[in-house]
Amino acid sequence: MSAAKGELFSFVEGMGRVALLAGEVFRSLFKTRLNWSDLIRQLHFIGYKSQFVVLTTGASTGMVFCAQTFFQFHKVKMDTAALSVVSVAMNRELGPVLAGLMVAGRVGAAMTAEIGTMRVTEQIDALKCMATHPVDYLVVPRFLATVISMPLLTILAWLVGIAAAYLLAGKLLGIEEAFALRHMYFYTDTQHVLMGVIKAVVFGALISLVSCYHGLNCGKGAEGVGRATNEAVVHSCIAILISNFFLTLFLRSILYPA
Amino acid sequence: MVELNNISKSFAGNKVLDGISFSVEEGESIAIVGRSGTGKSVLIKHIIGLISPDSGSVKVDGHELMGMNERELLAIRKKFGMLFQGAALFDSLDVTENVAFPLRRSGITDETEIARRVDEVLSLVELPGIGAKMPSELSGGMQKRVGLARAIVHRPQIILYDEPTTGLDPIVSDSIDQLMMRVRDNYQVTSIVITHDMRCARRMGQRIIYLREGQVYLDAPADDVFNSEDELVGQFIRGEADFSVESV
Repeated sequence: MSAAKGELFSFVEGMGRVALLAGEVFRSLFKTRLNWSDLIRQLHFIGYKSQFVVLTTGASTGMVFCAQTFFQFHKVKMDTAALSVVSVAMNRELGPVLAGLMVAGRVGAAMTAEIGTMRVTEQIDALKCMATHPVDYLVVPRFLATVISMPLLTILAWLVGIAAAYLLAGKLLGIEEAFALRHMYFYTDTQHVLMGVIKAVVFGALISLVSCYHGLNCGKGAEGVGRATNEAVVHSCIAILISNFFLTLFLRSILYPA
Repeated sequence: MVELNNISKSFAGNKVLDGISFSVEEGESIAIVGRSGTGKSVLIKHIIGLISPDSGSVKVDGHELMGMNERELLAIRKKFGMLFQGAALFDSLDVTENVAFPLRRSGITDETEIARRVDEVLSLVELPGIGAKMPSELSGGMQKRVGLARAIVHRPQIILYDEPTTGLDPIVSDSIDQLMMRVRDNYQVTSIVITHDMRCARRMGQRIIYLREGQVYLDAPADDVFNSEDELVGQFIRGEADFSVESV
């Protein structure tokens, strides 16, 4: 129990410092010149190279969710509603959350390890000595690349998840495809898509800020880098899960006014 | 040009610097010596604003660094070049991009000018034609020389050397010493060298500051230090471990 309490305090304190880092990032965005080649390199690493992991996660989740929904709905003869449930869930919750968790694991860990190694080998001090703010050079390109990539990866997860669920429904579970598609279009609206995209942008910001923060503040030596990397992934995932709850309530009240 | 007044710094209750004061004039070359763990690297990081003192003041060209935020410090740091103990080359950039980094960050966009100045400093450190190599492909001595090229490419007013010869064999150490002297003489820059290599200190230091237990034990012209009859200074210069004088 005391270990959990310690973790909680560490998480809350860390998120406070992440908020200060976010302020510095926004200040840098408006006041300093962006290095476009760095941004493109980060987009390639964060967006392009994350496709496989997000694609696999989306397809797997779509199929499993479709099968489980079908097993329950079949009992009440609502087979053709399975695809619409998958679509709404993938759009609103599963797509952004799962893409966020996968990107936190793949990209967040790499960001922290890279920046942390730069810190322990004095490369960040060298940056400062060359009149370069580490936030401008290291954090801003990663922040922008993650914020741009996350909605695109989330959309990829939806599309692949729904396509995989559609194939499963039609070819293996014997659901009438035309009716399933009709129901999916009927029950999926623009707000669902918008909610997922907004969540993905927020998750992208959280992943990059938490990961860069832990890299910039990692302890000494290999142990310090390892610990920082571990904390970055754990804190990113917790931040995604907690913020997802509040975002769901908040976006619901904005997108579906009573 | 650089003025430190009564600097103190502790880490986790351990006092590393205890009331350090000295100044460095423009064009002067000084060596700060002392045993490992006496706070030499911490001291040099105070001079460039990488570490803030717990008390005291650091002035560069009359500007007080205490109380400046990180962005204000960046403007001050443009006056400096620094060679790090481990060279601190950016391992994701090749040698050319490492050396060109300060030029690009200072806003120079003319690629011909950047290439000319990179070639000039790489020739000065006797490493022409290695621009395409990555830092991981270089030996320790070569990394130090590339680090030196990067430190001088933007023609700073003050160069800080943090243990420039540590971990290098005597021949490579000698070549680094000679490069530092060449840079000092060619560019007429103010040089501050942190070292425990007495040959390096003798060659680079017109004045030598001997740090002991976080305090300035001796601040004198190099000849006076090397001819000092003080037992502790003599022991350090000769590199003798004397358990009766100082615990090891």
